Amino acid sequence: MTVSEQTHIGIPEIPDAPNPILRTLRMLWADKFAFVSAMFLVLVLLSAVLGPLLLEDIATKQNLRGRNMPPFDFSKDWQFWLGGDALGRPLLARIIVAAQNTVFVAAGAVFFSLTIGTSLGLVAGYTSKTMSQVIMRVADIIMSFPSLLLAVIVLFMLESSVFNLVVVLAITRIPVYLRTARAETLEVRERMFVQAAKVMGASTPRIVFRHILPVVFPTLVTIATLDFAFVMLAESSLSFLGIGIQPPEITWGLMVAQGRPYLTTAWWLSFWPGLAIILTTLSLNLLSHWMRTALDPAQRWRLENVRKKNG
Amino acid sequence: MLSFLGKRAVASGISLVGLILLVFFLSRLTGDPTGLYLPLDASEESRNQFREIHGLNDPLIVQFFHYMGDLIRLDFGESIRRAEPAIDVVLRGFSWTLQLAAITMTLVVAMAIVVGSLAAYYIGGIFDRIATFFSLIGASAPDFWVAIVAIVVFSVTLGWVPTSGTGTVWHWILPISVLFIRPFGLIVQVVRGSMITALGSAYVKTARAKGVKMRPIVFVHALRNALLPVITVIGDQAAALLNGAVVIETIFGFPGVGKLMIDSILQRDFTVVLAAIMVTAMAIFLMNILIDVLYSILDPRIRY
Repeated sequence: MTVSEQTHIGIPEIPDAPNPILRTLRMLWADKFAFVSAMFLVLVLLSAVLGPLLLEDIATKQNLRGRNMPPFDFSKDWQFWLGGDALGRPLLARIIVAAQNTVFVAAGAVFFSLTIGTSLGLVAGYTSKTMSQVIMRVADIIMSFPSLLLAVIVLFMLESSVFNLVVVLAITRIPVYLRTARAETLEVRERMFVQAAKVMGASTPRIVFRHILPVVFPTLVTIATLDFAFVMLAESSLSFLGIGIQPPEITWGLMVAQGRPYLTTAWWLSFWPGLAIILTTLSLNLLSHWMRTALDPAQRWRLENVRKKNG
Repeated sequence: MLSFLGKRAVASGISLVGLILLVFFLSRLTGDPTGLYLPLDASEESRNQFREIHGLNDPLIVQFFHYMGDLIRLDFGESIRRAEPAIDVVLRGFSWTLQLAAITMTLVVAMAIVVGSLAAYYIGGIFDRIATFFSLIGASAPDFWVAIVAIVVFSVTLGWVPTSGTGTVWHWILPISVLFIRPFGLIVQVVRGSMITALGSAYVKTARAKGVKMRPIVFVHALRNALLPVITVIGDQAAALLNGAVVIETIFGFPGVGKLMIDSILQRDFTVVLAAIMVTAMAIFLMNILIDVLYSILDPRIRY
């Protein structure tokens, strides 16, 4: 008889610790809106990663006979189901390919602002008072800038590329994470387990990254989800104004702008990419809504109870 | 309170100087406006004369100190394109934007507070579900897309309202409705969230036990306390309207400060760009201070 079997017999009441991934999925299933949103976002993500690899040729192939081809003509190939654009390129394929730039600009901006903002926020919350003052004043300055106007100017001056766009958007969003991370750190650092770690001689980096960060992180991820939607809308607006991503690169915002001259004759050129934007941001909003409940130990029962009722 | 206002003014001043530095040098980097304003076959002499008149011949750093020197005397320079003081051009545009933003924000705040509060009161009910659903969609909608779809539907197809311009009341309906959507969606959600918390508190239970009716409970007892987080969001959204109406103004041909800014950047009318950025930034600073003051009025525990 092995040791583990002995303990099993000894203490039979302890249930298996639920697999965290399985548990998350179950909670996701409990909220149907969030579940559908998550599925949709996975689809968008797959398009972003695989789309250009698989469909680049189809999406750029011009076909002058199919100019502004109306949607829902199911006798054509699938990529023409949403119609064709002004050069006869299939809209559905273009939307899938454009997902890459749209998602990657937003993801890049959110990633950089999240990492930089969180690190600065942890530093401001945990270290000396002067340091904290300096960081907070800089954040105030960034917050008080008219950010979109500034983005317009900076991008116009510095020639817009994916990289510049990511940098500009990231800088304007840093204060959001910084303020949250600092506020939470100030509260968490007074708690018993941090004091205990300090007494046991843990180094400052260890306390900050191993003890404080895991407590603060869920809140930040929830904010990041919402912010992803915000950044996506900002990028779309900039691309729409013609100072974001430049052709031949495409994003959804740029596609809306390109379809604008044909609005009265071919509404579908602008309509579909706009719908893609709205569905993605809506999914992000719904998912963030769910996350707020799922990550909050005080509210999690709302999602878990439903599961029990169902089965 | 006064020392707080003083501190805020100093901080705002510092960030304003930073803003001017950034925009001044960045805008100069785009190149010389001379080529845009003089005919292609203009002689080198006239080009030089043009640069001399607009002070573009000096080294950048000298130009900057000239500009700052004038600025202290509240002289924002002259618009190259319109040959009138830049500040006049900007203030004209800004007054349009301000009207647009003020009307929109008033409607948004009034309606969002009512809808959000009722949704919180009837939590889980049919009204709550509809309100939550539509506010989520509103908060997710890209306004430029809503704007052009609205133009196709209401202006082109139905012919109810004009597509662009500012002549009559009808011209204002579409821009205001489109600008309304996103802040409305966001603020409804915040009102609902903080109202749920407020309605669950002990003083509301007391009021109910005393037999106070539903309307006074929601709009008198709970609202004042639920309003604090809402005010922060209202401030953010109002600031976003002031500087973010760029897209909507461009689409509807609305002569506000956002459109002016885009046009001036394209025409390298540097003085107007700088003046526009400064006026917008000042407006945002003032609003942030106003919000802090409102905070301390609503919640006497907050003192500066």
